[in-house]
Formats: sequence, structure tokens, C-alpha cells
Amino acid sequence: MPLKDIITRTYSAWMSTEAPHTDVALSSRVRLARNLGNIPFPNQATETDLAKVVGQVVKAISRVPKLSGLEIIRLSEASALDRQVLVEKHLISPQHAQGGEMRLAIVAGDESISVMVNEEDHIRIQTLLPGFQLYEAYQLADEIDDLFESQLDYAFDERIGYLAACPTNVGTGLRVSIMVHLPALAATGHVMAVLSAVSKLGIAVRGLYGEGSEALGNMYQLSNQVTLGRSEHELIENLGAVTMQVIEQERAIRKKLMTEMREQLEDRVQRAYGILCHARLMTSQEALKLLSDAKLGAELNLIPGLSGETINELMVITQPAYLKTLAGQELDPADRDIRRATLIRERIRTGREGKEI
Amino acid sequence: MLCDECKKRPANVHITKIVNGVKSEAHLCEECAGEKGELTLFSESKFSFPSLLTGLLQTGPGIGSHVSIHDNIVDGCENCGLSFSTFANRGFLGCSECYTHFGPRLEPLIRRIHGTYQHTGKVPKRIGGTAGVMREIENLRRDLAKLVSQEKYEEAAVVRDKIKALEKRLSDEA
Repeated sequence: MPLKDIITRTYSAWMSTEAPHTDVALSSRVRLARNLGNIPFPNQATETDLAKVVGQVVKAISRVPKLSGLEIIRLSEASALDRQVLVEKHLISPQHAQGGEMRLAIVAGDESISVMVNEEDHIRIQTLLPGFQLYEAYQLADEIDDLFESQLDYAFDERIGYLAACPTNVGTGLRVSIMVHLPALAATGHVMAVLSAVSKLGIAVRGLYGEGSEALGNMYQLSNQVTLGRSEHELIENLGAVTMQVIEQERAIRKKLMTEMREQLEDRVQRAYGILCHARLMTSQEALKLLSDAKLGAELNLIPGLSGETINELMVITQPAYLKTLAGQELDPADRDIRRATLIRERIRTGREGKEI
Repeated sequence: MLCDECKKRPANVHITKIVNGVKSEAHLCEECAGEKGELTLFSESKFSFPSLLTGLLQTGPGIGSHVSIHDNIVDGCENCGLSFSTFANRGFLGCSECYTHFGPRLEPLIRRIHGTYQHTGKVPKRIGGTAGVMREIENLRRDLAKLVSQEKYEEAAVVRDKIKALEKRLSDEA
């Protein structure tokens, strides 16, 4: 699928709610850091070195039929706006978007696989699946890794494993992460306690916050902290076990809210839904907050006709670069707020039919 | 409150991160947050590794005493030319040879980060050969012990058979 189609299509495979535990877990992501032996890491490499990496990777893809379906995007040939959209779609990192020549993004049509070439490491294989699918995401990444490995000479040390530019990634080179939506834990003031406990178990927590102490969007990413000394299996198992505990706690509180504070809960999600359906101006912060409330409503079946997929999609396409792409022009923040409100209204109205547009 | 980054626009994105119990806060405007990638929910955790690394190298007995980023160490990696002080400042090694060249100085650092200096995960098939099979057997033995302790005997039997098959493969190859 050409870059243009990837950029303009608003629906990505990870947005599906046909996966385990999507009531709390949004998506599962795996990243493998790999480098080629005998070529300096990107931070120390010359343009010629980087070109060698690109040459070897492109050749490997052409030789392996299973890899040939991937779209190779040369970032220097993509516009700044297109690169930003790739960031908003989580296909490449912000750093990679700013890299110069000899940077590639290699992407599968459904966006479940993306490979960054010459980012921090020579090769970063990333997979992204909907819901709680850590093992499945790893299996996919592992398969891609094996296919590349059949053609390329990876930098590997018997003692400390796959060598990465940063020593925090040495060993397995594996970072496995899961995005969870914790509105009930946040609303009842439990979220910090839960996440502090989690962060003591070798798991890094990252959240996006708004004004004051209240979280906007209530989205948190949990990921493994160490990459060495444990097998891929153990790392995934540990993150999975901890995540399941967090999911169970979130569900327990949701259940409690449903029985003990049903009116307040329904009022909150219906108010959010009402504003999303009718507002004419919407800042990105307000959108995040309201989409989170509406998502909770959708997950608890309190809002008939609103699907979790629509909300997942809106969380991506209401971001600045995406709005500009859809508008086909530069937009100042005031214009963006109008476009964002319009887009949300239309998308909620068309519901699931909208995903093919 | 003004944005930490540009100091011009009002800060309307407030980010709190907790990594291994260490809390950090940032107050940014929407533009700067977007540029720094803080608004993209799925990007990698980006707490400043060099600053952490500098801290790790400077503190702690046995490490800070003989390696400091203020040392004017000039012995660069023979392969890529990276000096250890540059590594300490930037947090990135220059090539795979750096791991060998700076080995004695990197080992304590890697132990601090990961709590170990021994890879137990995947091995590339090309390099793997016998070593890869042996590692797999080691991992399976650990799984076996765990399953037995949990009294999951049926699953344990499956793992035991896998180990036997791998051991046979080793002896056939030898």
C-alpha cells in the first residue's frame, strides 16, 4: 500500500475491538532493537555507513517473499506533514521523523508491522495489535526478526545478547508495552497508588496528564524496564501478569460504580457524549477528556450505537497533523478546533461505516 | 504558567512520568509537546537516558571511583573512535565493538541497569548452532522446574519431552 494511502486512511488494524480485554486494554506493542555487525550504530555512522544499512535491508526484503509485501518509505522523500502523520499513527518515533537522509519506515498495509531503519539502532522491528495480545505481537515480531536474520548478520554477543546502541536495550532488545484506559481508577483517585506499585515491579509507567492532577484521556502505557537476563517469554509473562492485575482492578471499580453510583456515572458519560455530538469548537485536551468518558460509556454499554473502535479512531485523527492532512491545508489552532469538533460529530454519526472512508 | 520549553506560550500540557518509582514533571504548550512527541501516546518512554547514565556513573562505590565523565579519557574505541566520555555524555555506544572495547567499564553499568550481565533470551539461528540449542534447553529446564513446583505435571511432561528431543539433536550433531 503506497504512502499516500497509509497517510489518508483513518482506520488502523489496532483500533479493532475484536480482541481480548479491549474494555481496558487498547493495544499491545512489541519492539525489537537489532543492529548489523561491522557497521557503526546510526549515532556514529557516516552517510555511507547508513546507506549500507539501507542497501542491506532493502536487499533482504527483496529476497524474502514474506517481506516483499511491506511498503518501503524513504522518509527524506516524504513531506514533513506526512512524517508527522506517521508519528501520530505510531508507526515511527518523533526522532525518526526528524532524521535526515537514509532513514526508512517499512510498513505493512494494515499497520500491524513497522520497521524503522537507522533510527537509534539500525533496525527496529515494531508490531502493534489491538487489545491484550502481548504474545501474539511478540510472535509476529519474532517471525519478522527471523526473516531478516536469514539475510542479515546481526550484532550479537554470546554473553550479553543482541547489541544495541543504548545499553538499556542490550540483551533481548525487547520492549513490550500495553496501553490501558483506566478512567474508573482515575476517577476514584486510585490510579497513582496502583501505578506506583506497578513501577516497583520492573515495569515503566507512562501517562499523559492534563491540568492539575486530573489525567486527560486516562491512558497509561506499561512496559518492561529491563531487557537483559530474562528470556522474551519471562519479560512478556511478567508484563502480562501485572497488566492483568491492573485490568482486574479497573474492572472491579467500574462494577462498583455501576452498582453504587449508576446515575452519576451515566450522567458523566452521557454529558461527554452530548458535547461530542453537538460541540462546534473542541480543543485537543477537551477532546481527550471527553473521548475517555465516552469510551468508558461504550465499554460499559451505556451508550447504544457508539463503538469503542470509533473512539479509538477519533483519538488518532483529531491530532494536529492528521487534521491538517484531512483538510489538505495548514490550520491554525482556532481552525483546528472547528475542524476537530466537526470531525468528531460526523464520525460519531456515521459510526462504524466511517472506518472505510 | 509558561511552557518549560519555549517559555512563550502558556503551558497546557502537564506530564508526569514515573519510571521505576522516580517521578518527573514537565509543563509544556501544545506545540512544544507535539514536537517533543509527548502528545503521541504510543511512543517510547523518553526520560533522559544520558542524565540517568551520568548519575549512574558518578555514584556508587566501585564505579564512580575509577570512572567519571570528567575524566579526560582519550582511549577511543578502535573500530569507531567513540571515547568513553562521549558515551557517558550521550548515552549511546558507537558500534558493536564498543561493547568489547569498553567491556570492563560497561559491565558494572549494565549490571546496574539490568541487574545481571548474562543474556538468556533468543539467539540468532546463524550464530546459535549448538549454543542456541543449549540455551533453549537451559530455559526449558527452568520452565520444567517451575511447572513441577506448581504441580502441573501434564505440562511438565510436554516440556520434558521437548528437552529430550533437543538433547538428542545435540548428540546427533556432535
